[in-house]
Amino acid sequence: MKIKKNIAVSETGFVFDPTTGDSYSLNPIGAEIMTLMKEGKELPDIQKFVLDKYDVDKATFEKSYLDFMNMIRQFHLTEE
Amino acid sequence: MATKKLPFERPLIKKLNVGIPNKFGLKTEYDPITHIDGVAIKDLINQFGSPFYVISEKTIRETYREAKRAFTTRYPKVQFAWSYKTNYLNAVCNVFHQEGSWAEVVSGFEYDKAIANRVQGQHIIFNGPDKTEADIRKAIVNGSLIHIDHFDELYTIIELSEQMEQKPKVSIRVNMDTGIYPIWSRFGFNYENGEAWEALNRIMLSKKLELMGLHAHIGTYIMVPWAYGHAAAKLADLAVGIQKKFNHHIKYIDTGGGFASKNTLKGAFIPGSDTCPTFDAYAEAITSAIINSGIHPEHMPILILETGRALIDDSGSLIGSVIAIKRLAEGKRAMVVDIGVNLLFTSFWYEHKITPAQPFTHYTEDTVIYGPLCMNIDVIRDNISFPLLNKGDHFVISRIGAYNMTQWMQFITLRPNIVMIDMDGKPHIIRKGETNDSVTSQEVVPDYLKKITV
Repeated sequence: MKIKKNIAVSETGFVFDPTTGDSYSLNPIGAEIMTLMKEGKELPDIQKFVLDKYDVDKATFEKSYLDFMNMIRQFHLTEE
Repeated sequence: MATKKLPFERPLIKKLNVGIPNKFGLKTEYDPITHIDGVAIKDLINQFGSPFYVISEKTIRETYREAKRAFTTRYPKVQFAWSYKTNYLNAVCNVFHQEGSWAEVVSGFEYDKAIANRVQGQHIIFNGPDKTEADIRKAIVNGSLIHIDHFDELYTIIELSEQMEQKPKVSIRVNMDTGIYPIWSRFGFNYENGEAWEALNRIMLSKKLELMGLHAHIGTYIMVPWAYGHAAAKLADLAVGIQKKFNHHIKYIDTGGGFASKNTLKGAFIPGSDTCPTFDAYAEAITSAIINSGIHPEHMPILILETGRALIDDSGSLIGSVIAIKRLAEGKRAMVVDIGVNLLFTSFWYEHKITPAQPFTHYTEDTVIYGPLCMNIDVIRDNISFPLLNKGDHFVISRIGAYNMTQWMQFITLRPNIVMIDMDGKPHIIRKGETNDSVTSQEVVPDYLKKITV
């Protein structure tokens, strides 16, 4: 899944969609994942990054990642 | 050497709606509740499982003393009577009895409980519309204060008084317009239409009953103290009338219960903690009305208070765990927890304060909190701006001491342990968690249904 090219993601967790004018806020880990996605990283890389940095098991990460992806999709921030 | 990993929080994205009021309200949790009366919630969960109720003995005693101070500093003769229906766990009742409370009961079951708790008969107030003849006999023998609810009960007592040696000690419950809605006209005798006087005349002229006092209970969760002032003034007016007409001085005025607690009612704009009147406000309204009435200063009656909710709500908490985190089809966050409406009956009318029991960040999601029951009505909070919890995390539901441990339902799941933390911070089980046996031991299967071949 790819984030639309024109979506702006700031380091502080602010997201802006110039097409709709909508803006969003992210928590720190959400901002990290969005940034990695903007860099073109896929699930394996993102998973490794999160599991290395945070105290979380694979299943918990996967569940929350899928939910996060669903929300991004629901907000029409992806290219698909 | 491996570096310590950071605590994980679910990734979150929230749409920003500038300038639009948030129907989910303000965030109410700023710090986790990790301890109750100095005892770590983690340790309590390890010991008693999840979910379970916790009652703080310290909070009960402190709240009771605060209420007592508010009244006794304004009026010379004050007596509290613990409202059994609010929470009739024996350990809870006994804390109130140790503090000096009498018992206020509304059924034969509660009456027997008070007797078993060794409350003296003359210190039991027997309220309610359903007193059987056997209940009334018992109350007459024990010298209890019978608060008559209707004429059928009054005539039963008069009839019994002709058969018994003891003179029944009675009061009447009076319903009235105190300027609030709804008027609870279903209990007792009406003040405005003269029904109360009819009952009083009948009692006084029978000469077989001893009229002890006058009672009113104007409603529940009453947020306007002045309504109690009106009730007390009307009861005092009746007392003056009885003195004039029959030269009889009543012993007490009982203004019942109904004080609000700090819980937030559903639909309320401002949290209950900000709107709940103080005990001082209620005390000022009630005592001023009696002191300023026409009752002669030498015959000031005892003021009895049957305060329940306001004395016990703050002392109770429900500790639970997250079963699952879900995303509903419409995008709303849902959290399924192990506490349902069967254990938290008051969630039907309160927006209970729910606080995580472990550290959390300031990020929140608009969340609906469901209980574990396979029933659509099992909703603990419709809309709450809540921190990002994970499966297995714990939380505390505060201010649940009133009614939940009496109005609870054995439905789908069993009722869990209830723990009281004593004044020294030591937890005690005061009601054991139910087992299948607790429920099925009351069942009887006819022989012909015992053979099954599934």
